Amino acid sequence: MSNTGSYERSANDPGEGSFGDYVQLLKPRVMSLVVFTAMVGLLVAPVHLHPVEAFSAILFIALGAGASGALNMWWDADIDAVMRRTQGRPVPTGRIAPGEALGLGLALSGLSVLMLGLSTNWLAAGLLAFTIFFYAVIYTMWLKRWTPQNIVIGGAAGAFPPMIGWVAATGSVGLEAVLMFALIFMWTPPHFWALALFINSDYSKAKVPMLTVTHGKKSTRAHIIIYTLLLIPVPLWAAMTSIGGPISLVTALVLNAIFLAGAVMIWRRDETMAEADGYRVEKRFFAFSILYLFLHFGAFLAEAALRPYGLGGW
Amino acid sequence: MALQPTHELHRRRLGRNVGVAGLLLAFVALVFALTVVKIQRGEPIQGFDHTAEQPRVGPAALPTNSSPNSHPGPEATP
Repeated sequence: MSNTGSYERSANDPGEGSFGDYVQLLKPRVMSLVVFTAMVGLLVAPVHLHPVEAFSAILFIALGAGASGALNMWWDADIDAVMRRTQGRPVPTGRIAPGEALGLGLALSGLSVLMLGLSTNWLAAGLLAFTIFFYAVIYTMWLKRWTPQNIVIGGAAGAFPPMIGWVAATGSVGLEAVLMFALIFMWTPPHFWALALFINSDYSKAKVPMLTVTHGKKSTRAHIIIYTLLLIPVPLWAAMTSIGGPISLVTALVLNAIFLAGAVMIWRRDETMAEADGYRVEKRFFAFSILYLFLHFGAFLAEAALRPYGLGGW
Repeated sequence: MALQPTHELHRRRLGRNVGVAGLLLAFVALVFALTVVKIQRGEPIQGFDHTAEQPRVGPAALPTNSSPNSHPGPEATP
């Protein structure tokens, strides 16, 4: 501060981030996946909420996910500053002070849990609170820097939103909710390990014990195919339940065949081959994994949308 | 560095304040809409419970041959 008083501030001072910087703190791309899966969980449930309640439920589930993203960025600022993929985030660039990220994360966590409880029910709110805790504390503060199984266990945090959506509508956890959870939970390891194969140097620099860093890429390729084999039965089982139907079954069969073929190709390649073509197969597998999840949940939604016309479901 | 009134920092602050104001207004509107929905249906606060609580009807509410001035008992609320 100088004699120019309160005007004496730099445009790059912490706390002078734009509105968009605060939105970035909530990881909007992750939130979009949360919104979609939570919406599917809510809409395929046998009980239907009033549209205002349903909108409110999805909004506050997404806000809870955003809050955990802000807490993640607060804690991981040192890692984010090292990794090329994350060094442009608001905290490592100094546009938002770490304390602000913490404050926003805590405030939005409380608000989202409270409002979800008031909008729907307290079991859904409790699950949302646990999800935030799991992502911010269990995954971010503990697993991520400690074990190469970080994203296997931490994947649970991303798997909860459709279950919370289902519970918001029904008030209880059903088999279908567990299967939607399991689908995302089992999908997460091959999805992230494919990413780790072609951005390995980032994780090495940040000293994050990803499987590629601790066990090498050959072992990671083997892990991808093992977890793909474990994933395959889950959408097939879900397709046989009340949220499934012929559309879901055909979707699961086709997508699983393509996903397995990709995993086999990754397994059969070595680093020489991957570096020769710039990790083309790994990048395609990663991109397809996003489509894989989107189309499965899209199929559940299609079954629910067509059911009133006697077309969806069994 | 003394800032001029039209500095980029002021535009950034304005954008941030307008954004926060918009979010607060949207939040108020959402809470209002939720309140209207909850009250209109006369439900308990939990969204999944779509069955209105059954009114407790005592024996006095049953039709009897007693005096027309007798108390009719509690009425069911919609």
